[in-house]
Amino acid sequence: MSSAHESTVAAHGAGHRTGGDAPASRGKAPASAGTVHAGGARRQLPEILVGLCLIAAPFVLPYVGMSPDLLTRILIWGLFGLGFDLLFGYTGLLSFGQAAFYGTGGFVTAYLLTADLVPNMLVALLIGTVLASIAGLVIGYLTLRRTGIYFAMSTLAFGEMFYFLENSSFKEYTGGENGIAGVPPPHLSLGFVDFNISSGWPMYWFVAVFFFVGFLIARRIVRSPFGAVLKAIRGNPKRAMALGHSIQSYKLTVFVVAAAYGGLAGGLLGLFQSYMPPDAFALDTSAQLVIQTVMGGAGTLLGPLLGATIWLYLYEGLQQVGSLGPYWKLILGIVFVVLVTSFRHGVAGAILDFVRTRRGRLPADIDAGASAKVSSELAIVPPLESSRPGAPVLEARGISKQYGGLKAVSDVDFSLREGELHGVIGPNGAGKSTFFAMLAGELPTTAGKVYFRGQEITGIGVTAVCQLGMSKSYQINQLFEHLTVRQNVMIPVLARSRGRFRSDMLKGLHSDALDEQVNAAIALVGLSHHADTLVSEMSYGEKRRLEIGLALATGANVLLFDEPLAGLGPEERVLVVSLLKSIRKGRSMVIVEHDMDAMFELAERITVLYEGCKLAEGTPDEIRQDPSVQAAYLGGMDDHEFA
Amino acid sequence: MPSMSLFLSQLFNGLATGLLLALISTGLTIIYGTLGVINFAHGALFVVGGYAGYTVYSLTDSFVLAVAGGAAVALAAGLVMERGLMRKYYSRPPEDQILVTFGISIILVEIVRGIYGGVSLSVAPPGWGQGVAHIGSLIYPLYRLETLGIAAATLLLLYFVLYRTSLGLIVRAGIEDAQMVNALGVNIKRTFLLVFGLGAMAAGFAGVINSPIVALTPDMGFRYLVESFVVVVIGGVGSFPGAIIGGIIAGEILSLTAMVNPQYSDVMLFVAMALVLIFRPQGLMGQEGRE
Repeated sequence: MSSAHESTVAAHGAGHRTGGDAPASRGKAPASAGTVHAGGARRQLPEILVGLCLIAAPFVLPYVGMSPDLLTRILIWGLFGLGFDLLFGYTGLLSFGQAAFYGTGGFVTAYLLTADLVPNMLVALLIGTVLASIAGLVIGYLTLRRTGIYFAMSTLAFGEMFYFLENSSFKEYTGGENGIAGVPPPHLSLGFVDFNISSGWPMYWFVAVFFFVGFLIARRIVRSPFGAVLKAIRGNPKRAMALGHSIQSYKLTVFVVAAAYGGLAGGLLGLFQSYMPPDAFALDTSAQLVIQTVMGGAGTLLGPLLGATIWLYLYEGLQQVGSLGPYWKLILGIVFVVLVTSFRHGVAGAILDFVRTRRGRLPADIDAGASAKVSSELAIVPPLESSRPGAPVLEARGISKQYGGLKAVSDVDFSLREGELHGVIGPNGAGKSTFFAMLAGELPTTAGKVYFRGQEITGIGVTAVCQLGMSKSYQINQLFEHLTVRQNVMIPVLARSRGRFRSDMLKGLHSDALDEQVNAAIALVGLSHHADTLVSEMSYGEKRRLEIGLALATGANVLLFDEPLAGLGPEERVLVVSLLKSIRKGRSMVIVEHDMDAMFELAERITVLYEGCKLAEGTPDEIRQDPSVQAAYLGGMDDHEFA
Repeated sequence: MPSMSLFLSQLFNGLATGLLLALISTGLTIIYGTLGVINFAHGALFVVGGYAGYTVYSLTDSFVLAVAGGAAVALAAGLVMERGLMRKYYSRPPEDQILVTFGISIILVEIVRGIYGGVSLSVAPPGWGQGVAHIGSLIYPLYRLETLGIAAATLLLLYFVLYRTSLGLIVRAGIEDAQMVNALGVNIKRTFLLVFGLGAMAAGFAGVINSPIVALTPDMGFRYLVESFVVVVIGGVGSFPGAIIGGIIAGEILSLTAMVNPQYSDVMLFVAMALVLIFRPQGLMGQEGRE
C-alpha cells in the first residue's frame, strides 16, 4: 500500500546522499578505497559508507529480525547521540541532562501539531529544535560554570527539573503523565505533489534522511577548525585556554548544538510514534543515551547508533527468551560495567583499533593536503608601532603575592626590553613560578601591576594575554596527548588566525596558509619526521620540544619559558639551547631556569630571586661576580637576611 | 493565608526532611572529599539499605535491628564495590568514575527489583514511633519528630568521628592533600576503603530511617540521588558543614513551597541550585578552585 511513497521517499533520500559534499560517484569509493590518494573520495569514505548502509539496511536487516519500527527507533537514538557525542566524545563534557532537550523538542513539536498552531510539520520540527537549543543555552550557561563532576551533577539535576516542569507547570500543554497523543503523521508538500508518510518503511526513509543530514553536519563540525578546538579542550582545557582560545564559548556552543540535535530527535520521536511520551524527559532517557554512547564508542559519531542497536536489539532478543526477559536491564548493567572497565572506547573503538593494527593507520588519521614540506618561515606577530629596540615590552611594577600568612613574592620590579633574552634564576622556593605566573597574567597580584607594551595586563587571564602576543611554555608539559604533533600545533595556529572564538563549524580545517604555519612551527622544533605521530607515543625530549613549539606557534613575539631544560638529557639539552638561540630574532624572551651554565650562555641580563625578593640584576658577568648571589647559592645567606 | 500552626508544622517537616537529606549527602560528600569520586550509586545504596532493613524488620519485628541490618548490608555493598572495582578507577578520569558507579547503580537496583519485585512496599513505623506528639498547639506525627532526632544525633556522631578521631583527622587531611598523607606513611588504601564503606553505610542507614515515611520502590534511589546532588552543589562538594546547611536549605525549600503550591516544590529546589551556580559556583561552604 505504501510502495509508491516508499520509492519516492527513497529516491528523495538517495538524492540527498549523493547531493551532499561527496564529489565521488557512489559505486567507486568503497571498492578503490585502498588505492585512492588521500583526499577526495577517501576523505568522504565514512559519509559514503553510512549512506550506503542506510540504503541497504531495509533490504538486509529484516532477515535478522529487525523491523522497520526498530530501525527507525535506532536512527532516532542515533541522531540524538550525534549531538551528545560531539559534547561528550569530542569535547569531554559528560552531561546527564540531555533528556531536557529531547523532551522539549518533542513536546513543542507535538503540541504545535496537535493544537493545530503550526500546520506545517517541518516548521513545527524547526520551532521545537530552536526552543530546545534555547533551553540548551540557558542550562549550558549555568552548568558550564563548573567542570567535571559538578557539570555531571548539575546537568542531571536540571534535567530532572524539566521532568518536574512537564508534570506540573506545563501540564496543560503537555498532558502531564498522559503525554500528547494523536500527533498527526508527517506530511510533506512539495508544491506540486503531497506525501503522507505512513508508518513502516516510509517512516524509516523519512527519519533516515534526517539522520544522514545530521551525520553530514556532525562530520563537518568534527573536521572544522571549531571541531579541532573541541578536541583540544577535551585533551587539555587549560592549555587550550593558554593558547588563546576562549574555551567557555566553545563549550557553550557545542552544548547548544547537542541540545539542537536532541530537540530534533525528540520531535521525530513524536511524529514516529504519533504520541509524545512524558518519559522522554525522564532521567532514564539521559541515562540510556549515555550508556548507548559509551557502549557503542564515544568520539566516533556512529558509536551512539551502534550502542542503540545493541540496546534495543538486546532488549527485543531477551524478551523472546522468556525467563531472561525481566533481567535484561541487569544483564545490560553488567555488560556496561565490563565495557567501561575494559573497553574504554566501546564497540566502535574496538573495531577501529582492529582496523588500525591491520592497516597501520586509518585514512582519517592522515591530514591530507598538509605535506611536511616547509615553504615559509613561521610568522610572528609584528611588534607594534615598530617599537624601538631597548624599549620595555613587559614590565612589572612592585608586584607581590601573598597566600594567607606566606609572602611568596614581595615587591619585585622587572622589565623586559624589546629583543632581549632575560633570565630569571633563584634557588628552590624563591618564588620564581609565582612570579612567572603573575607576569603571564595567569595569577592576579596581591599588590603591584604588570604592563605589556604599556597596557595593563595584571591577572587578565592567559587567553587574553596570548591574543595580545605573549605566550608561555610550561615547566611540566601541557600537551594534547591524544592528538598528533600536527594536530597539536594546529591549535595555537588556529587561535592566532581566528581569534578567541569563532563558530566556523562547517568550514574545512586546512588551508595552505594555516598548513604552512603549522609545518614551519614543527620544522622549527625539529619534529617534521614525527608530524603525524601521536604525542602519547613520543619520547620525553621530543615532547619537551613540542611544548616550546606550541608557544612558538601562537606567533607571540614575547615568550616566557618556564624551565625549558627541565628533565632533559645532555643531548636534548644542546638541541633545546640551540633552538632557543635560533628563535631570538624578532622575539623577546624571559627564561626561568635552574641550569646556570645554559643561562649564562643564553641570557643578556639576569634577575636573581631569593625568598620572594629581587636579590640582584645585571649582565651574566655581573651576576657571576655578585657576592650576595654567590652566598645565596652556597647557602650562607644569614648575613643578608639581617642586612 | 496559611495558618501559623501549619507554617510551624511545615517548618518542622522541612527540618526533618532536610536533616535526612543532609545525612544522605554527607555520605556522598565525604567520599568525594577523600577519594575525589562522585558516587552515582549512592541512591542505589540508599535503596539497598531500605530493602535490607525491610527484610530484617519483617523477620525480627525490631526496627532497631532493621536499621542496623540495613546499614550493615549497605556497608558490605560499599566495601565490595570499593575492593572489587573502585580501586582500579582512582587513577582514571572523573568521567570514567561517574560511568562505572552509574553502571553499578543499575546492577544494584535491578538486583533489588529481582528479589523484591517492582511493586512498592510500605513499612509501618516502629511501636515507639506510632501516634502523634503535641508540641504546644502543634500536633505532629511522632515518628517524624523522632527521625529529626535520629538524623541530628547521627550527624553529630559523624561530626565527632570526622573532627575528634584520628580517622577523621586522616580523612580531613586526605581532603586537603591525599598524596601528602600517603607520603607521611598513612595507609591511604585502607582509609579509602573505610571512607567508602562509611559513606555507603550513611546512605543505607538513611534508607531504613526513611522507609516508614516514604514507601519503598526500587527506583526511588534516583530521586534521592538527584536531591543529594542539589544539596552538595548548594553546600559545596566535599564540605561536611556544606552538606548539612545545604540539606536544611533544601528540606525547607521543599516543605515551605509545598505549603503554597506543592507542584512547584521540586522546581524551586532547582531554582535555588541555579542561583548558587550563578552567584557562588563553588557552593556556600565550598572552597574556590576545588573541582
